[in-house]
Amino acid sequence: MRPVNEDELAECLRMAAGPLHVRGGGTRRIVAADGEAIDASALTGVRIYEPGSLTLVAGAGTPLAEVEAVLAGQRQRLAFEVPDLRGLLGRQGVSTLGGVAATNASGPRRIQVGACRDQVLGLRFVTGEGVVVKAGGRVMKNVTGLDLSKLLVGAHGRLGVITELAFRVQAVPEAVVTLIGSRDLVPGLAALRAALGSPMDVSGAAYLNGQAMIRIEGMAGSVAYRAEALRTRLGGDWEIVDADWTAVRDVTPFAGRDGNVWRISVKPTDAPHIVQGLEAEAIFDWGGGLIWLLAPPDLDLRAMLGTRGHATLMRGTGTTFHPEAPAVAALTAGLKARFDPKGILR
Amino acid sequence: MLSRTGIACQWHDPGLTLGIMDMPQPDRRVLDARDSIVAALRAAVPNGVIEDAVSARTYECDALTAYRCTPLAVVLPATTAEVSAVLALCHAMRVPVVPRGAGTSLAGGSLPTADCVVLGLARMNAVIETDYDNRFITVQAGRTNLSVTGAVESDGFFYAPDPSSQLACAIGGNIAMNSGGAHCLKYGVTTNNLLGVTLVLMDGSVVTLGGPWLDAPGLDLLGLVCGSEGQLGVVTEATLRILPKPEGARPVLVAFDNNEVAGDCVADIIRAGLLPVAIEFMDRPCIEATEAFAHAGYPDCESLLIIEVEGSPPEIDEQLTAIKAIATRHNPVEFRESRSDDESRRIWLGRKSAFGAMGNIADYMCLDGAIPVSELAFVLRRIGEMSRQIGLDVANVFHAGDGNLHPLILYDANKPGDLEKCETFGADILRLCVEVGGCLTGEHGVGVEKRDLMRVQFTDADLEAQLQIKDVFDPDWLLNPAKVFPLSLTASRRAG
Repeated sequence: MRPVNEDELAECLRMAAGPLHVRGGGTRRIVAADGEAIDASALTGVRIYEPGSLTLVAGAGTPLAEVEAVLAGQRQRLAFEVPDLRGLLGRQGVSTLGGVAATNASGPRRIQVGACRDQVLGLRFVTGEGVVVKAGGRVMKNVTGLDLSKLLVGAHGRLGVITELAFRVQAVPEAVVTLIGSRDLVPGLAALRAALGSPMDVSGAAYLNGQAMIRIEGMAGSVAYRAEALRTRLGGDWEIVDADWTAVRDVTPFAGRDGNVWRISVKPTDAPHIVQGLEAEAIFDWGGGLIWLLAPPDLDLRAMLGTRGHATLMRGTGTTFHPEAPAVAALTAGLKARFDPKGILR
Repeated sequence: MLSRTGIACQWHDPGLTLGIMDMPQPDRRVLDARDSIVAALRAAVPNGVIEDAVSARTYECDALTAYRCTPLAVVLPATTAEVSAVLALCHAMRVPVVPRGAGTSLAGGSLPTADCVVLGLARMNAVIETDYDNRFITVQAGRTNLSVTGAVESDGFFYAPDPSSQLACAIGGNIAMNSGGAHCLKYGVTTNNLLGVTLVLMDGSVVTLGGPWLDAPGLDLLGLVCGSEGQLGVVTEATLRILPKPEGARPVLVAFDNNEVAGDCVADIIRAGLLPVAIEFMDRPCIEATEAFAHAGYPDCESLLIIEVEGSPPEIDEQLTAIKAIATRHNPVEFRESRSDDESRRIWLGRKSAFGAMGNIADYMCLDGAIPVSELAFVLRRIGEMSRQIGLDVANVFHAGDGNLHPLILYDANKPGDLEKCETFGADILRLCVEVGGCLTGEHGVGVEKRDLMRVQFTDADLEAQLQIKDVFDPDWLLNPAKVFPLSLTASRRAG
């Protein structure tokens, strides 16, 4: 099914009896694609773009690349630095806004500007029963009614099909630099935390291949000042360079390699203890708060993690999502039953 | 089924009830069971129950003082376990519960009903954990906003959301209303700074959402609970993101002879990618009132912007130079830079005394609509035209950078018909906000105040989706009843 507009999509869902899975460009799904595809890729087009209000509204099927090009024309961008996970997940195709939102796909800048869910100002979606619902709006501040946008963003298509999204956007900064220093894991992660605890407004803090990377963005003079101030503050050798953050953002070092890929959220100070002694390769983002792990399929990561955080299996064999506490699972099941009473959205 | 608040509250204190808000008739069954309800509350929270009408009257309203109603009883638990016990017993006895942080809601978010128990968080104000290495603080939800920053500022950190009531308002209330503040242009609102909560559901079950990490597994229930106005559960503990304090901050004052030009200047600054921490707007009526009241020495002009930037001294200079270049293109009457802390203080003085100053010259109703920044100039002009038509003055003082308007409609409470005229005008302004792509409330919440305007912004299908969420969290509709949603839409659920 490839409905051409929201009404048609609603009609498809009203009529549907069997299992369906929402599909945008097919680049981000980490849940098994059961049943027939309901393809949202025809719901395209930038509908409102007001650079002076920092807002963009577009159909959920709009290719991410198209939106990025429109924004770049005004020297603006999506602030949350959308990862391109095609390499990691072994997919081809065209990433769409709906897929970005459904998976709350957020990159290294999440520590400074928040996740996709923080930048979505509002959205429209169709429930599993085919009811069209509007949530939020397109203004920066909005506390009118329950914040349904948050519920749909990151729901992996389980509650409804997103048809339109309003984003807050950001100006591309004048200057960007990265401090790079070779460090062992423990001091390297400590340096990231120290940078994030400084007033230097860090926009990226990652550790991979034995190197700590700290990014600073903004006006040229300010960036130069903060980079020097941070170098002094952290001590030791730091190179100030124009670095490529693609490897961190897209987790490219794990692309095409055997093993399970985990995405683990923890307290940054727990990060070194969690990976210690594991036969696994790790990339650390968000100052150590996000660990990407390439591990053998038999590693029972969640048992090892305990209550120190939670893990999503991005690729490999096992259960995708971290089990929820019973009381939370009951709420989730209640919401699923209301928004998809036929239980068709997978 | 419906009655005026006055009738609903007569059971407790006939003479004191004001306002014209429709509220449901109190449940006679609950009123009749008063003694056994109070006894059960006392068993759950031995030293924390207020039942005599005179003491309970302290809780008859929040900061929306036009509407008042003394509750059946007030309970002040000290722990999550006590909150759980109170909710479980109220659930078993089918007693409505109105959660209350510090009672500073401007929208009537914690307005009681005569048949409700007010659950106040005032005794729950402890800091549970402070962790600078991971940059979070966990507090009990009754702790005031400013004292969260107070707990970490000597170590160089702060909690960013700063509603103007921050000295008094509680974090639990901030979460319920998803509060903003002057600095959210850069740092976001409560939902962007909230990492986790302990939430007690109406049946007494305790749920943990989120935690000291940046994202939670599963559905974003934390994001759903934030801003839910006490409809879904009672937050007893919160884990908040704390940030390192910037090295310094400095404001400038830019004066214009035209509101619309000031609005255009704001849009140009935003578009250029400059991110001041605050852009505040004041128009002539507001400037004149604050001058008479606070003598800040503001220029004689139609409107002014106060723009504050942060950073080290050279960073501040760099940003202000760029802002000056943009402002100059709009031919300001004056561009006033600050060269000392005292000059900075004087720039902020009028803005900070604006609400007091307005209260000094008239009664006023403060609105909270939000609009796209690009519509500022148009909306300000329309409000001016509407003001002349209806014959009530409006003063504007608001967060311009994020389009969150606070038109103050001036009226005379002693003049018959003026309040009604003011309410009609207020509703018209909020409709205008929605028409241009905005919303009814940017940071104060819906409460009872804007409840009946929800259909201006949402279709019944949109609202039904919200009601269904309430059904999941609070199937008997006992938590904070008769708020947020139009009464006619919720009547069958509340009766059920």
